[in-house]
Amino acid sequence: MYDAPLRKTDVEAQTTKIAARDVQVYYGDTHAIKDVSVDLLDKTVTSFIGPSGCGKSTFLRCLNRMNDTIDICRVEGLISLDGQDIYEKRVDPVQLRAKVGMVFQKPNPFPKSIYDNVAYGPKIHGMARNKAELDEIVEKALRRGAIWDEVKDRLDAPGTGLSGGQQQRLCIARAVATEPEVLLMDEPCSALDPIATAQVEELIDELREQYSVVIVTHSMQQAARVSQKTAFFHLGNLVEYGETSQIFTNPTDPRTESYITGRIG
Amino acid sequence: MTDATFSGDAPKASGLLEADARTRRRNASERRFRMYGLAAIGAGMFFLVVLLTAIVSNGIGAFQQTFIEVPVYLDPAKLDKNGGRDPAQLAKVSTFGYTPLIQTGLYQQVRDAGIETGYEDARDMKALISASAAAQVRDFAIANPDRIGDTVTFRILASSRVDGYLKGRVSRDSIAQDKNIDAGHLELVDALREDGALRKRFNWDFILGADASESRAEQAGLGVSMLGSLFMMLVVLFLALPIGVATSIYLEEFAPTNWMTDFIEVNISNLAAVPSIVFGILGLAVFIQFIHLPQSAPIVGGLTLTLMTLPTIVISTRAALKAVPPSIRDAALGVGASKMQSVFHHVLPLAMPGILTGTIIGLAQALGETAPLLLIGMVGYIATNYPDGVISGFLSPNSAMPAQIYEWAKRADPAYYERAWGGIIVLLVFLLIMNVIAVILRRKFERRW
Amino acid sequence: MPVTWLVFIVLALALAGFVAGRVRIDSAAGAGRPHSLPNYYGWNIAIKVMVPAFLVLICWLIVQPFVVNGAVTARLGDNAVPDGSTIGLVMSDVRRVAEGLDAAVSQGLMGADQASDLRTEFTNVRDRLAEAGVALGSNVTPQVLGAAQTWRALNANGMLLMSVAVTALALAGLVWGYVQTTPDFRARNTVENALRIMLLAAASLAILTTIGIVFSLIGNTIKFFSLYPASEFFGSFTWSPSFGGGSELGIWPLLWGTLYISVIALTVAVPIGLFAAVYLSEYAGPRMRAWAKPMLEVLAGIPTIVYGLFALLTVGPLLLSVFGRDGLGWMQAGTAVMTAGLVMGIMLIPFVSSLSDDIINAVPQSLRDGSYGLGATKSETIKQVILPAALPGIVGAILLAASRAIGETMIVVLGAGAAARLSLNPFDAMTTVTAKIVSQLTGDADFASPEALVAFALGMTLFVMTLGLNVFALYIVRKYREQYE
Ligand SMILES: Nc1ncnc2c1ncn2[C@@H]1O[C@H](COP(=O)(O)OP(=O)(O)OP(=O)(O)O)[C@@H](O)[C@H]1O
Ligand SMILES: [Mg+2]
Repeated sequence: MYDAPLRKTDVEAQTTKIAARDVQVYYGDTHAIKDVSVDLLDKTVTSFIGPSGCGKSTFLRCLNRMNDTIDICRVEGLISLDGQDIYEKRVDPVQLRAKVGMVFQKPNPFPKSIYDNVAYGPKIHGMARNKAELDEIVEKALRRGAIWDEVKDRLDAPGTGLSGGQQQRLCIARAVATEPEVLLMDEPCSALDPIATAQVEELIDELREQYSVVIVTHSMQQAARVSQKTAFFHLGNLVEYGETSQIFTNPTDPRTESYITGRIG
Repeated sequence: MTDATFSGDAPKASGLLEADARTRRRNASERRFRMYGLAAIGAGMFFLVVLLTAIVSNGIGAFQQTFIEVPVYLDPAKLDKNGGRDPAQLAKVSTFGYTPLIQTGLYQQVRDAGIETGYEDARDMKALISASAAAQVRDFAIANPDRIGDTVTFRILASSRVDGYLKGRVSRDSIAQDKNIDAGHLELVDALREDGALRKRFNWDFILGADASESRAEQAGLGVSMLGSLFMMLVVLFLALPIGVATSIYLEEFAPTNWMTDFIEVNISNLAAVPSIVFGILGLAVFIQFIHLPQSAPIVGGLTLTLMTLPTIVISTRAALKAVPPSIRDAALGVGASKMQSVFHHVLPLAMPGILTGTIIGLAQALGETAPLLLIGMVGYIATNYPDGVISGFLSPNSAMPAQIYEWAKRADPAYYERAWGGIIVLLVFLLIMNVIAVILRRKFERRW
Repeated sequence: MPVTWLVFIVLALALAGFVAGRVRIDSAAGAGRPHSLPNYYGWNIAIKVMVPAFLVLICWLIVQPFVVNGAVTARLGDNAVPDGSTIGLVMSDVRRVAEGLDAAVSQGLMGADQASDLRTEFTNVRDRLAEAGVALGSNVTPQVLGAAQTWRALNANGMLLMSVAVTALALAGLVWGYVQTTPDFRARNTVENALRIMLLAAASLAILTTIGIVFSLIGNTIKFFSLYPASEFFGSFTWSPSFGGGSELGIWPLLWGTLYISVIALTVAVPIGLFAAVYLSEYAGPRMRAWAKPMLEVLAGIPTIVYGLFALLTVGPLLLSVFGRDGLGWMQAGTAVMTAGLVMGIMLIPFVSSLSDDIINAVPQSLRDGSYGLGATKSETIKQVILPAALPGIVGAILLAASRAIGETMIVVLGAGAAARLSLNPFDAMTTVTAKIVSQLTGDADFASPEALVAFALGMTLFVMTLGLNVFALYIVRKYREQYE
């Protein structure tokens, strides 16, 4: 499975995983996301690009209701996962987040051992019946996170003792250990060196075989390398959404073009 | 290894709407945990409410006292045998000379009102009257010699048993064993109350008066010890504020990073956590045993509390100084001010509201502190006279509000418990005022850079 | 009041110096612009007048009594000490007589000459002094009277010398500063340097305070151990002081009471405080926080005497009605370990909660996000991520609370009872280190007896315990904070 060729999947054949319609987000009086509608496809990597402060992270956090943890944040509009409105009253955000995992910009390992970091999700979701199963899950997750070889001898060492790049891969491993259906990544590589970045990118491409991945990035090259779909945000608006190749070679909106060519942002 | 565990194709067990058993369990534990938190806050609030209720319900009565209006015939034959109306001569008659007059006055009054009692002798009614009444009448007679020979109506304190009866503390059952009063007296009290001669009134003397002996609970007041507290707070204010501010300025603005500075810092943070009783020991050993300052004097209490309050003031002053942005210092230095000028002309004025807030909070803390005062002898029973001047206010023995409350709480007569609670109300009102001032200061001058 | 007058003289000289300095520099302005603003020249003189003069004044006032005391003691010699007495007791008589003479003179009952010529052979000194309101315990011996008169004479001389010295110093300072006042003189730098030294002096007061505490404890503790064996103090399990002698002063019953009450207090305060902090920082909305936090903090602002009274008059009787003779029969009186412990627990709730609140808030949001992002519930996040991450800080907070509990005085004085006993029943009355410090040092204790001095040994124990706890706790908390900075 490690030698799976890149971009073998045909994007057109995918089904919609997450659909957003007329989403508005407010932080108190600040209108951070305006009228965003988008369909994010299953088994596809979608990248969000746009200048700083345009609302990429905000929108990303709406997709698994992480914004619930911010008191002043208010979300309007419809966002559905597999056709199910995720902001409906009866939906349990905890269950939702088990399905829609998230990796953050700054690596945030828990101050626990590497093993416990990865085992945390499976434990709270009751994915393992016994220690052996748990060990297996942890190992698989760490392998997926491309960090197994580096840490397999020191699973009891604290996760905070790893380097920045290792920490971030640990966090990715931690996220995939719970087997999410969608993985949201907010600038996962901003703290990494080029080699670690390459590893994570490779990893993302592998993850696409099973998950829908949404990645926020400031690197146009990265977006071009890993994603099939790209969404360009500007001042809270979704300006353009389409095939990555099309966005980068032949953008329809002048704002997209100026951003890509480096004139705004 | 197989990919099976991670297969995304394997359908997830549950949708988003119907929670599976495990999720239900987790959510239940979530709710439970939340309830624990709420319960903890509820417990805190509950304790606060119980505490405040206990204080108010037990203490509010202390502000009212039972008085009897008694017409007293100031008999010249008894008070001024020579007839000269000379105050010096009048002063020779002690309070014992006045007591019978008051008792007779009450007896007459009872008879005139047509109240039936089983008491044949005026002295039988003395249980109703506070022992302080004689002194009150005597003071009046000495101050107004020309009224001797008249019948003057005095509003005198009823005894604490009578007061307790009106306030529900004393009942016919509870006095069964009491030598000081019997059921007949209570009948008489009821009758006098009906008559209007005996009733509860607001009692300024509780707030302004001096402490009284164990057996005269009805007379005891907080005023003198309040003055003791005032003098101590003056000492604390005039020492702790400048010294605290100077310390903070030094540490925040001038201190080089060396072992001396570190040592000072360590000392301050540790002093902040030293138990207050240890400061009492310090005050006793240094100010009284070593420097021989007068025992029980507010100046010693003030010095001790100053040392105790300093760390609080230093900590808040430093926070206030830190909150002034460096740009202000740079701006002042940039126009050629010296470091000292930049601090005293710019930084300090900007930090002043914060400093004052911290000082007021420190003062409030000092005002309520009791333990060190006990060690330096500022115990309650000392506060029986007003100091006769500012210097003696600092130097002559006195008590302080919390020590007075402690003293009352220790006395055997339950009438003093009510006064202790009442004293706490007064103390808390002072603290409330100080804290409100602090909050207002903070609100008013709160600055965001 | 010669000292008051002296202070006024120095202040007046300082003011004069200030004005003189300003005037001189203003009139010298023709010679070019002076280095500093005129006020600095004034201040320069004022500081030179005041600082040395006041320093000497204060030192003199502190030192003189010792010198006089020593001189008079030396002159008295051993033969003046009757059998069964000590030189210390005689000296306190001397001081009393001297004070009595002072009082008599100041009330005009005696002329100053009369007081210094008074002879026991011709006058009943005791009666004369009683007129002045100074009661003496026994008749005055000629030696004591003589010593008292020496005492007064030495003191008067000392005061005179002091007045001369202080005034002279102030004048010298004035002249010095005035001569310095020329346009080239860097008055501002001089004043600022002086100011800086004063700031440093103020800051050093913290050190002085600590030294004062340590010395007053150590000195008297050593005195205590010279009268009472340390092995008994630390080894005996009985506490039964009697001022007549034959006391047993073992610390263990007191330590036991202290620890027992503290443990009960912490069992009340830690869960409630911690859960309250968790709720406030993780669950409560801003509106609830805005009123619940200050409400809890009100509990912290209430003086301990209030809690003491609450224990004595409300909680004690309440517990007694449940556990006392009419109820379960475990409790003899309202004052008990349980009473004091419960109330102290209430007092500590806000202390624990606000410290824990700070510490929980120091846990970075990214850890919470990480946990929520994996689908953890709030309580799972709190229990498995936040609290473990905050654990060192919380332990520190609990230690600080423990140190508070150990040092708390008023609640135990009023609520715990007075009997020192080693018992396991939390409904028994017991007593604590702090309560015994109060009871041994209040009243008319003789400060030289072991029964009073033991309070200093107890204070020392208390100081060492709380200091140790604090230093350790602050160290833990600091380490913890550094981790997330
Ligand atoms: N917690 C918050 N409270 C208030 N306003 C917020 C909050 N988080 C974000 N915002 C505002 O919402 C807008 C969008 O922020 P967001 O973090 O989504 O931008 P972004 O596109 O992710 O930027 P970047 O590329 O720098 O990460 C910004 O104007 C920001 O100031
Ligand atoms: Mg962002």
